Amino acid sequence: MLTLQFVPYSEIEYISSVGRIRKLLNIAKENRIVLLEGRLKKEEEAELIKATMEEINKDFKGIELSVIYPNKKESDLFRKLKKGFVNMLLGDRQGLTIIGPASIVREIKKDPDKIQLFTEDDTRAKKRRKK
Amino acid sequence: MANIFEKFIKAFFKNLFRRKKHIKLGLYGPPNAGKTTLANKICEDWLGESMGKVTNVPHETREIQIKEQINIKSGNKEISFNLVDTPGIATKIDYEDFMKFGLTAKKAKKRAKEATKGVIDSIRWLDNMDTVVVVLDATKDPYSQVNITIIGNLEARKIPVLVVANKVDLKKAKIKKVQSAFPQYHVVGISAKYGNNIDEFYESLFKVVG
Repeated sequence: MLTLQFVPYSEIEYISSVGRIRKLLNIAKENRIVLLEGRLKKEEEAELIKATMEEINKDFKGIELSVIYPNKKESDLFRKLKKGFVNMLLGDRQGLTIIGPASIVREIKKDPDKIQLFTEDDTRAKKRRKK
Repeated sequence: MANIFEKFIKAFFKNLFRRKKHIKLGLYGPPNAGKTTLANKICEDWLGESMGKVTNVPHETREIQIKEQINIKSGNKEISFNLVDTPGIATKIDYEDFMKFGLTAKKAKKRAKEATKGVIDSIRWLDNMDTVVVVLDATKDPYSQVNITIIGNLEARKIPVLVVANKVDLKKAKIKKVQSAFPQYHVVGISAKYGNNIDEFYESLFKVVG
């Protein structure tokens, strides 16, 4: 059974970067797939990878991470400024971040606005079919 | 007055170093993309010696490797740099994956532990780089989040980036897919192993370093 946990941006909005990473990583370590509204800052994504590496052991093999983000470029300067201003004030709530424990999610494919989650069960079934 | 003098001194030294073009050039990317193969190619071309060991087992490079004082020339232009080969960045490391390559459980666990430390070091070293060559395997999906996170972090730090689509000698290589994944960057397709298109790589490097 797969458990998906939705995390609204408001839940991480007022937490420090370290706290955000801790919260998301703890959910993934409980074998749940995180669906975060919006995205982390680029530096936070790198910190999330660092924190993941620090926690790898015989039970926790790491994470699969993917971000779907609307790639639409604003041509209108006013809209561009407005978007930048809103992101600065409220955080980047656009898009969706998926964080899955590597023991459950083997691979996440993005193409670029469609997302496919390949789970460990899929892999086993594929191998059985090949046999 | 002291403030103006301080600014003048800083600008003078900045220009002095800019003229010499001595930089720290980092090779970043996911595991097994060919960073060390490219590092070896650069070192063999300009120093006549190789830099690190290359195997098909992921995470062969688990420590930051530095080769100092490499000078490359093209016409009147010259760049002097310290080449920094970094361990591949990954979001997961499972020692059992290494056992598929014939490693014993003990060796595989040791490798996994060293590999996690290597990833952490690679991310820490991002702040020390002046220019980065992101090496991607052109036969793999370029949209992986690791690639996007590496490039996003370099962009956030305003570090100049050259994207290399490596392994173009393989039939499955798709340079255009890499180009469409990172349209804002110059992407050069090479085979670090066989030296295909390596001159274009050096030319692109001159352009990125500026």
